Amino acid sequence: MANSTSIDPIVTARKEPGILVQIARRKLALFGLFLVLLTVFAAVFAPWLTSFEPNEQMFDGLSIHGAPMPPGGAFLLGTDLLGRDLLTRILYGARTSLIIGVAANGLALLIGTIVGVTAGYFRGWIGSVLMRLTDLMMAFPALLLAICLAAIFQPSLWIVALVIAIVYWVQTARVLYAETASLAEREFIAAERTLGASHIRILVKHILPHLVPTIIVWGTLGISTTVLLEATLSFLGVGVQPPTPSWGNIIFENQTYFQAAPWLVFFPGLAIVTLALAFNLVGDALREILDPTQRGRD
Amino acid sequence: MIGFFLRRVIQSLLILLGVSLITFVLLYWLPADPVRQIAGRSATAQTVENIRQQLGLDQPLWVQYWRYLTGLVQGDLGRSYLQKTEVSTLIASRLPASLLLMAGAIFAELLIGLSMGVIAALRRGTATDQSLMIVSFIGVSAPQFVVGLLLLYVFAVQLGWFPIGGYGTFAHLVLPSMTLGILGSGWYSRMMRSSMIEVLRQDYVRTARAKGLTRLRVIFRHALPNAILPIIAMIGIDIGIFMGGIVVVESVFGWPGIGQLAWQAIQRVDIPIIMGVTLVSAAAIVIGNLLADLISLLVDPRIRTR
Repeated sequence: MANSTSIDPIVTARKEPGILVQIARRKLALFGLFLVLLTVFAAVFAPWLTSFEPNEQMFDGLSIHGAPMPPGGAFLLGTDLLGRDLLTRILYGARTSLIIGVAANGLALLIGTIVGVTAGYFRGWIGSVLMRLTDLMMAFPALLLAICLAAIFQPSLWIVALVIAIVYWVQTARVLYAETASLAEREFIAAERTLGASHIRILVKHILPHLVPTIIVWGTLGISTTVLLEATLSFLGVGVQPPTPSWGNIIFENQTYFQAAPWLVFFPGLAIVTLALAFNLVGDALREILDPTQRGRD
Repeated sequence: MIGFFLRRVIQSLLILLGVSLITFVLLYWLPADPVRQIAGRSATAQTVENIRQQLGLDQPLWVQYWRYLTGLVQGDLGRSYLQKTEVSTLIASRLPASLLLMAGAIFAELLIGLSMGVIAALRRGTATDQSLMIVSFIGVSAPQFVVGLLLLYVFAVQLGWFPIGGYGTFAHLVLPSMTLGILGSGWYSRMMRSSMIEVLRQDYVRTARAKGLTRLRVIFRHALPNAILPIIAMIGIDIGIFMGGIVVVESVFGWPGIGQLAWQAIQRVDIPIIMGVTLVSAAAIVIGNLLADLISLLVDPRIRTR
């Protein structure tokens, strides 16, 4: 569509260096991006990075007393209680975390966007009902709700993703509601409406493009939150079920033994913190880059 | 102002009503049958049916919900399926431990978070500022069970400074409070930093300096009290995160609070307890938000005129 007559400010926005260039200029964000790529690499190439199978119980994986092997030697990060190679399980566990980060967070973002934009644009009774629903969701202790839901359904990877999305969409919805509501009052939207543009056209062509920065920022930060939620649910035993490796359930399976074999908690824990930190660093930089109200501040 | 407050109270009660309905419906659809659990594997079909009738689980959903709601108004949260005790009694006996943990956690997160934020703001742009902000990022990226288990390993198992778990003395309180506090301090330090930077930029701070007051006096008497205002309201909102966190932290440290009660009930499908704890948590969250609003209203006259 020709947009030359539009007074929508996004069309006339000044050109700035690409997002990647701006991230590259920030040391911390670049470090975060590096960690993200490292995790993706580990997840994709897991079979080539290790010579063991994730569920393979090695004959020499336990000491003669039946204890797990400490880090070093043939098993770089040691073995777990069942004599499986810990590094291998952590590498494959990256797949679980990334699938959750993408699927659960993506679904939460989708629900949040639909609810927030609908409520903010149409307001009236639809808006009221939807926003009261988010008030309700905010009053639930999110983690407790997720634990209940995960315990009700028989947890599998996809059920866990669904549960996380159900408790996590609310924040996105509220932020996008506020932004959409203020956008809907701007002159260029009123002008489009006067020109006879349909609701769908206004929403897709003029509202959504303005929300993209917010959606990107919340989408990135949300990966962090959803990865942490999955790890916590799996740690409690109501998340991703063994033998499928997940960083949370590796700790769950081995925690009874952690005083004698702390590496079984330390390394998967380090992996969780690293991935969550990586997305937090990138997300925070994106917020500074994309949010005009943040510009010019520290 | 009183009108505004009343409206918020009514709104909060409606929210709690909604929470009770949703939780009730969710738990009613629970595929795992509590009656089988109570009766045991060897129970006959007749016994199972008797128990079902006894508990009123054979009634339609709305009848059950109405019965629950009328009880709730009188402070009755029902009876535990397995422990044969009033849920309100169970929660009341567990609540003090959780409140103590909450107080400890809030103290820890404010102590760590606010001091980090203030130092970062005063040293803005320096290496100190940057490293403090990296630490706060790590704090918000670390799941509570990992922090908890690591603290346990280092300070209880290796150094032996604190007990490995349990409840009773001040020493028992330190590690669980720190676990919850480290996560929270990450948020508080970042908020405190930007709030402090904002305040230091204000004219009255410059005036105070120009009057000849010392730097320390300006920071502690003029800047800090104003910078803390937006943070106080955060504590109310924080309760929601806290209510989820105690399930994990209490299970890691064997802390006998309502989080542990809920977790045990979830594993045994003891629905009345799960309902009760969810409602109490929701009430805590709603009250926290209400207090946050009220405090902002009282301390910031600009909001009152709106």
